[in-house]
Amino acid sequence: MAFTLIVNGESHTVRAAGDTPLLWVLRDELALTGTKYGCDSGLCGICMVHVDGETRPSCAMTLAEAAGRSVTTIEGLHGPLAETLRAAWRELEVSQCGYCQTGQIMAAAALLAASPAPDDAQIDRVMDAVVCRCAAYRRIRAAIYRTSRPGGEP
Amino acid sequence: MAVPASGVRGQEPAASDRFDPFVRIGTDDTVTVIVKHLEMGQGVATGLAMLVAEELDASWAQMRTEFAPVDVSLYANPMLHGMQATAESTSMANAFMQYREAGALARAALIAAAAEAWSVPAAEISAKDGLLSHPGQTSASFGAFADRAGSVAVPDSVTVKPDTEFSLIGARHARLDTPAKINGNALFASDIMEDDMLVAVVARPPRFGAAVAAFDDGQARKVEGVEDVVQIPGGIAVLARSTWPALKARSKLSITWDESGAETRSTRDLWADYHDRAATPGKPVRTEGSVSTALKGAPTALEANFRFPYLAHAPMEPLSSVIRFTGDRAEVWAASQTPSLDRTNVATVLQLAPEQVSIETLDAGGSFGRRGCFDSHYLTEAAHIARAHGQGRRIKTVWTRGDDIAGGYYRPMALHHVRAALDKNGMPTAWYHRIVSQSIFTGTGLEAAVSRDGIDRSPAGGVEHIPYAIPNLQVELHTVDTGVPVMRWRSMAHSHAAYVVETFIDELAATAGKDPVEYRLGLLATAPRLKAVLSLAAEKAGWGTPLADGRYRGVAAHSSFGTSVAQIAEIALDRTGRLKVERVVCALDCGLAINPDQVRAQMESAVGFGLGAALRNAITLDEGRVAETDFDSYQPLRMSDMPEVEVHIVASAEPPTGAGICGVPPIAPAVANAISSATGRRIRMLPFLPTKR
Repeated sequence: MAFTLIVNGESHTVRAAGDTPLLWVLRDELALTGTKYGCDSGLCGICMVHVDGETRPSCAMTLAEAAGRSVTTIEGLHGPLAETLRAAWRELEVSQCGYCQTGQIMAAAALLAASPAPDDAQIDRVMDAVVCRCAAYRRIRAAIYRTSRPGGEP
Repeated sequence: MAVPASGVRGQEPAASDRFDPFVRIGTDDTVTVIVKHLEMGQGVATGLAMLVAEELDASWAQMRTEFAPVDVSLYANPMLHGMQATAESTSMANAFMQYREAGALARAALIAAAAEAWSVPAAEISAKDGLLSHPGQTSASFGAFADRAGSVAVPDSVTVKPDTEFSLIGARHARLDTPAKINGNALFASDIMEDDMLVAVVARPPRFGAAVAAFDDGQARKVEGVEDVVQIPGGIAVLARSTWPALKARSKLSITWDESGAETRSTRDLWADYHDRAATPGKPVRTEGSVSTALKGAPTALEANFRFPYLAHAPMEPLSSVIRFTGDRAEVWAASQTPSLDRTNVATVLQLAPEQVSIETLDAGGSFGRRGCFDSHYLTEAAHIARAHGQGRRIKTVWTRGDDIAGGYYRPMALHHVRAALDKNGMPTAWYHRIVSQSIFTGTGLEAAVSRDGIDRSPAGGVEHIPYAIPNLQVELHTVDTGVPVMRWRSMAHSHAAYVVETFIDELAATAGKDPVEYRLGLLATAPRLKAVLSLAAEKAGWGTPLADGRYRGVAAHSSFGTSVAQIAEIALDRTGRLKVERVVCALDCGLAINPDQVRAQMESAVGFGLGAALRNAITLDEGRVAETDFDSYQPLRMSDMPEVEVHIVASAEPPTGAGICGVPPIAPAVANAISSATGRRIRMLPFLPTKR
């Protein structure tokens, strides 16, 4: 079957089974490999993308569900907030192995778009969804603070 | 659409030259450091680039890195039996002088080339920030002499800088791999997707050691996109044009397994076996004085059994690799942790000479020991698939999370039996320690190499060299063989050894009515570096100062892989039993810290990794089947679990030792000791919490 979806502002027609997880459509069909595979049921959150502005683990959404909707991946995450976030990530040397970091940034960007100055509890609520086996969590939190507050501290 | 498997890395700048196996200077002014170690998050690529840049007097902005091809004659790790390998926190320790000398040699070559071109004595030329200059106001960037430097005569040996002249080493430098890792461009093996490529997934046996008896792939072959189904020694592989059809088809295979050679015991059966063995004397690992005499006459004696489960590594990127077999050659793309071994093992499967196999190493999405398997099983599996399917196309073998967690190669299960005697002042006079565990080296080519007097002591690592001065000491070992494959897990046996030693010494201190920090310090006369980090951590944590209600502290200190680490954990424990580790103060001595911020990052990471396992992780067997299959039953540490981590690095001019794994051993016992100070209860079985949320 053919499905049309908008990814990073561009319309794509994808010929694949409707039950194909969006994750594999992005990675295998559209070569957008910044969205990483970590599990198959939304448990680790590292494949996080924005669908119509909301964060969704792309492994837990099918192509049929994504059809007609607007998907943003790490490759399409731009704008002042995204760049400030990335700058904080660089300054604080957040990433280690780096494999989950694109998912962390997608989740953090959505959090900050919704709550410009989130507190620890809000950060936990959103960021608990995205696993980092290198446990770079303190620096992820610090980068979110740095992006959302002039002094960088809570 | 395609993500190319080659050409992303290793682009040769036009007309460049190779000074030696570790440094390449481009005419475009780039300096590329050939990294012989796997980058799995520990920052080794950046660290090695710093060593070269320091001696070369390059500017940080011109530095690049590239992973080395397989060549043990150039890229061996002398601290790992001469293999080309990354493990046991040996990277900086083994490469420290090698990469500095490479940088110094490249500098000498550039200066010699400039001297020739400018017709001035080499001694009058200086290098700084990527520029060569002569007082006659001539200057040029490195790239201008990249070509000529390859042909000039350079000295056989070079002198590296004294520590006092370091401008890069010991300072903070941006990781070179960060930009690509935050914009989605970083290429991991699992990201390779060529137009003509096949994706393979494997149906592996439900029990370790089982084999395919019969299978029916009729339904699987009907899935659109499936191109082939092949039997390999480890199961049935489905090959498809992309990942989803392969996964879907795998679920439609009907396989009958021959389980006659399989491990069919449950975890409780294994424990029963471990306990039986623990009741009998084991192989001698270390004997000092007479433990039995000291125990007999002691006014106070304590004993305890400790149990540690199998643990999975669960790196964020499951094992994936790409292979192309073309009859007389095979190309492999993988986050190879042991390239020399991996190449030989792949060559054996494909009946090639090792030289006919190339490995392009890519970044690893974590490893924690997982990719260092001695049998290279995930790559030999890929080779079997390529052999069975036929030559020509690239094949990417994909592991799912379920494949990963249930796939074995775990941290071994371990049982420790300990007895100690105290004198009338409460000081230990005897320590008797019996360990029952598997060895990761059993049956491998390294078993003989790691053995001493015919005994592979690795499962007793961390106990054999107990740092405390105890006059009568006896350590024994039972090495168990099970059907469950085991492997290095970040810090190896130290992860459970330190738990036993550090919680039991804490218990001895409590029994003696003494402060646990003071008690330890009094026994560490022969371990001055460990003693110093313990004192430093205690001072920085405010040990002994009052805490808020519901807050408790615990301490642990341990040396592994040349590095001494002390950690003080502060926990919050409420009446309902809700536990949160709030803060960890960590002090360490790893010799010279080349990139202190990355040493800190590794301590933070080790605390989180060790804590996550101690809180909730166990791999268990139900009649041989692994019960944990995903992140719901094997709960990873999450953001809200993570404590604040404060790291203090002892200033040192000693050669660098380990960092990546050395922060793991103390965290679980530090937290356990804090829980004991809150509850009076000693935790002797891990994990601390129920394994499911």
